[in-house]
Amino acid sequence: MLKIQNLSASYNGHQVLHDVSFDVKNGEVLALIGPNGAGKSTIIRAASGVIQSTGYIRTNGDDFQSLSPLQRARYLAVVPQAISLPPAFTVWETVLMGRTPYLGFLGQASAHDEELARQALSRVNALAFSDRRVGELSGGERQRVLLARALCQSTPILLLDEPTAHLDLQYQVSLLELIRELAHSEDLAVLIALHDLNLASHYADRVALLVGGHVKAVGTPREVLTAELISDAYCLPVQVVAHPFLDVPLVLPDTNK
Amino acid sequence: MKPKPFLSSFLLLLAALVLSLAVGSVFISPKELWDILRGAGNETFAFIIWQIRLPRTVLIALTGAALSGSGAAYQGLFRNPLADPFLIGVASGAGLGAVIAMSVQWPYSFWGLMAIPMAAFIAALLTVFIVYFLARVGQTIPTTNLILAGVAFSSFATSLTSFLMLRSTSEVRRALGWLLGGASQAGWTAILAILPYLIIGLGILLISGHALNLLQFGDDQAQQLGLNVTRIKTILLIAASLATAAAVAFSGIIGFIGLIVPHLIRLWLGPDYRRLIPLSVIGGASALIISDILARIVLAPQEIPVGIVTALAGAPFFLWVLRRAKNQGFW
Repeated sequence: MLKIQNLSASYNGHQVLHDVSFDVKNGEVLALIGPNGAGKSTIIRAASGVIQSTGYIRTNGDDFQSLSPLQRARYLAVVPQAISLPPAFTVWETVLMGRTPYLGFLGQASAHDEELARQALSRVNALAFSDRRVGELSGGERQRVLLARALCQSTPILLLDEPTAHLDLQYQVSLLELIRELAHSEDLAVLIALHDLNLASHYADRVALLVGGHVKAVGTPREVLTAELISDAYCLPVQVVAHPFLDVPLVLPDTNK
Repeated sequence: MKPKPFLSSFLLLLAALVLSLAVGSVFISPKELWDILRGAGNETFAFIIWQIRLPRTVLIALTGAALSGSGAAYQGLFRNPLADPFLIGVASGAGLGAVIAMSVQWPYSFWGLMAIPMAAFIAALLTVFIVYFLARVGQTIPTTNLILAGVAFSSFATSLTSFLMLRSTSEVRRALGWLLGGASQAGWTAILAILPYLIIGLGILLISGHALNLLQFGDDQAQQLGLNVTRIKTILLIAASLATAAAVAFSGIIGFIGLIVPHLIRLWLGPDYRRLIPLSVIGGASALIISDILARIVLAPQEIPVGIVTALAGAPFFLWVLRRAKNQGFW
């Protein structure tokens, strides 16, 4: 369970989040959608403590704002975009770094830590290339490695910052399927910033629409992905139609008007 | 066969040590060396070893270890393969600090001698922060910015150093030779004066391999993985500057050792700082001892400053790394 209440944050004196509140329940995928600059990544950076923020970020009773980075990393793991990873570490070394919150300062991994790294790698189907260097991998493979690293952190909460950016469609779909499957089977609270509204509609249990640092709507895809809300948020006329065989809405730009 | 990096680098260090003690105006064979170290042997030779060659070799070894270890740490901290105590200006800054201390009061006493590494350390730390803030763009430090800021600050510090020397007494002017990089004649006292800095500086760096590994992922990811980034970076900057200052205080400005040695180890064994730092320390000691042997024999009986040897080997290496980094984005 991740509870965000009245979260506000600023960059260089410019406020980018205004009193953001929503919950992510266990076993649920909540997608953050909204135009560029709406504050999707900022929420993830604030929740993980990389930037200063005010308000509450908590799970059950514990408030993350007062935790050290090490303690926070036991509750909450982040999957960043895979654009700039150090290329020379192997997949194995990279995933094992997910155990940092449980290791001493020297970073000496135990057999138990290695077993968890192996499980995480096999969960994302990356065990086969665990000896390769990260720089040799494709974007899709790299993103799975980062997911494995986050799983290796053994946290109840997972935050993902546009994990499908720069990926081909087949990798976007398989990654999101895996993430949804993990959330449901491992009872994780998953918050995922997504660019693509239709992927969000397809793979998220609930959606939060963010515009200019304000939460405009939270609810099921059907509740949030409406023509009015989306047209308004993106300043673009859109049509919302039913998926031909799934019970989810599809958003199409309506540019013939 | 599995490579045994620690064993082979220790063997290399041992061979370099023996060679450094053996070679000089008189050749002292390993067998005679063994006798002398056990307290026997020829008395003249014993004097040469205990009072001249051994302190010089130890100082050179410690200097190489410190420069190479701090070079590896700066590379990890700045996430930049070309960070070297010399190239980023820290060595020249430390040199300026040392010369300021010398021109205030030429170190006749033990405590005067102790003041030199302290002044070098303060100046090194100031330099790191100045260069860091000059070179920084947002969260990253582009290579060109880092090197330009380092070179610019370095010329500034070197000019100021020369100015201080020229307006001072002849004693300080003697420091010119020292600044070019060469073991001073201060003997065991100099080693004693830098030892605390070395032990603290290198000691911290040696246990920080995992933290440096995490920092390679950038500040955000490092913190999300549980590292207190701001605190660790500050501690590591201070530790690396302590080690650099210890090296510069009595061996002058010796470039490129901190670049070459960590880079070769990285090419050989990969990027894991838990191995990279200790191997850089051992390898740096060996590399500088070997450079110093060359410096003593190339124009024998005249000695050339060891900094010239390292620069002759290091500058082409630097250009090679620069091209490589540009072409492959790899480090």
